[in-house]
Amino acid sequence: MAYDKFQILKSTAVPLPIENVDTDQIIPARFLKATERKGFGDNLFRDWRYNSDNTPKEQFILNNPIYKGKILVGGKNFGSGSSREHAAWAVYDYGFRCVVSSFFADIFRGNCLNIGVLPVQVSAGFLDKIFKAIEANPATELEIDLPKQTITLLATGAQESFEINDYKKQNMINGFDDIDYLTKMKAEIQEFAENRPF
Amino acid sequence: MSTTLFDKVWDSHVVRKIKDGPDVLFIDRHLIHEVTSPVAFLGLKSRNNTVLFSERTFATADHNTPTINQHLPVEDPLSANQLKALEENSAEYGISHWGLGHQKNGIVHVVGPENGITLPGATIVCGDSHTSTHGAFGAIAFGIGTSEVEMVLSSQCIMQPKPKKMRINITGELGFGVTPKDVALFIISKLTTSGATGYFVEYAGDVFKQMTMEGRMTVCNLSIEMGARGGIIAPDEKTFEYIKDRLYTPKGAAWDKAMDYWKTLTTDADAVFDKELTFDGSDIEPMITYGTNPGMGTGISQNIPKAEDVEGGVATYKKSLDYMGFAEGDTMIGKPVDYVFIGSCTNGRIEDFRAFASIVKGRKKADNITAWLVPGSHVVEAAIKEEGLLDIFTAAGFVLREPGCSACLAMNDDKVPAGKVAVSTSNRNFEGRQGPGSRTLLASPLVAAATAVTGVVTDPRTLL
Repeated sequence: MAYDKFQILKSTAVPLPIENVDTDQIIPARFLKATERKGFGDNLFRDWRYNSDNTPKEQFILNNPIYKGKILVGGKNFGSGSSREHAAWAVYDYGFRCVVSSFFADIFRGNCLNIGVLPVQVSAGFLDKIFKAIEANPATELEIDLPKQTITLLATGAQESFEINDYKKQNMINGFDDIDYLTKMKAEIQEFAENRPF
Repeated sequence: MSTTLFDKVWDSHVVRKIKDGPDVLFIDRHLIHEVTSPVAFLGLKSRNNTVLFSERTFATADHNTPTINQHLPVEDPLSANQLKALEENSAEYGISHWGLGHQKNGIVHVVGPENGITLPGATIVCGDSHTSTHGAFGAIAFGIGTSEVEMVLSSQCIMQPKPKKMRINITGELGFGVTPKDVALFIISKLTTSGATGYFVEYAGDVFKQMTMEGRMTVCNLSIEMGARGGIIAPDEKTFEYIKDRLYTPKGAAWDKAMDYWKTLTTDADAVFDKELTFDGSDIEPMITYGTNPGMGTGISQNIPKAEDVEGGVATYKKSLDYMGFAEGDTMIGKPVDYVFIGSCTNGRIEDFRAFASIVKGRKKADNITAWLVPGSHVVEAAIKEEGLLDIFTAAGFVLREPGCSACLAMNDDKVPAGKVAVSTSNRNFEGRQGPGSRTLLASPLVAAATAVTGVVTDPRTLL
């Protein structure tokens, strides 16, 4: 499923200063029963967002209209646990295009990159700076510049650069994905397979 | 140059290296199930691609399946729909499919090894993070997302940066009542849930040499819970003995040829790892978790740590204990429990049910406990009956259910109610993992059995 091109994203952000947010929280298993990629945003953080009678939990950040935007900022070790890509789909479907944290779990990071959500890893100090800036002013804007690999707090100009390998970077800038790449390698792969022992 | 077991297997599967990018990695064997594959097949169709090597993909239904009355139609329409999608997609592309009721059916990470799909030196992936289980055989095995499932279907490859390498050595011998599950929970409690992120872990040392294949599977299974991409253990005589003559294991001359290769799958003596850790096996006691991630575990005789003594944020730690209804400094032994679950890809094998039986034999299930005994596969279920374990369970007041993932992730009806406490042999104690509001204590089959007969968290060493 090729995705939208990603170049520069300027947006307010939603802060979630909790560590070890696992993919069971991002989307609980009972919402994984679809056979199509539709409607997952409604169940993003379902059990933190809603009571068992489906009324909103008012203290949860996604239910506070002051906080909005295309960037989700999470605590350390974001996306741990299950490999369910549904977690990345839910983040995307809700409207986020970028997740910022000081540390990501591997599979979640990969899943995000595969569907066009940019994971931006910053230092613990910079993450703290972002949380404080949003706490002081929820209208705080962040700018993510993928070609330059920088993230900037626009109000103060505080900036950090982030890592992404050049292959994935070009994919995201151009809206290509791995399947586009692999499809062109079919002959080479078939030849490789002939020499496998089993 | 000296290389590690992991390097040997990985490097032999690289089809192409991309400069400043991932490796294109060939996948020998691909396992699929009903939950993470339907969207991959949709993607395949929408791009007009087809399955490149249908004989390298194997389907089994496990995640959302009921564990009673499997002969009846599945009641939940959404689950039934996913099962139907798996069956139809498998039929359309010529993929082997072990659906509900099939004698080979069971949890994907249990049936893979049972049928020789899992082999040393192979690359194995599945849209499930506990695919790391298969590393017990000296395979590189890890969980992938649905986009990658589609990649494997259409190209038999995925694109992955090569992880860093870590070796975890456990020396000496394990103490009385200490099982492979305790070894894994001990390691995770030392490393935290992110301590091995970015790494592939080789387990080495006497403890793993002595361990059965089932035990090695339990340890490798839990590698993901410390963030590792996967875990791997060098194949040895136990490995070869286990895989010989299974359904998809090479036979005859192909076996001999494979054995020549498999015997080379060891880490060279002077190979270097990015990180290396060593623990003493005699320092490990039966473990139990008290919080909402698998790193929040402790020796069963210990107290819950104080917030100031743990790594990470105090607010996150307190939120976790609040969810569990526990307080800092509480003792774990004697805590009231409502549910006991034995099963899952972590502890749903025959050895786990033998361990459970060793304690419940001649005793009775406590009245306050609801127990779910769920075998990992029909093969495990049959062995439970043949070995007379079922008679022991029945006499003690337990009922054996039918195979599936069950209460590990509660996608079916096996849900622990809100606020209730479960001692579970599964792999995750995240908030709501076993049902909305459920509280999970992860532990070994021995701890689960001891708790099931007393009704409170119990040190199994007092009953063995």
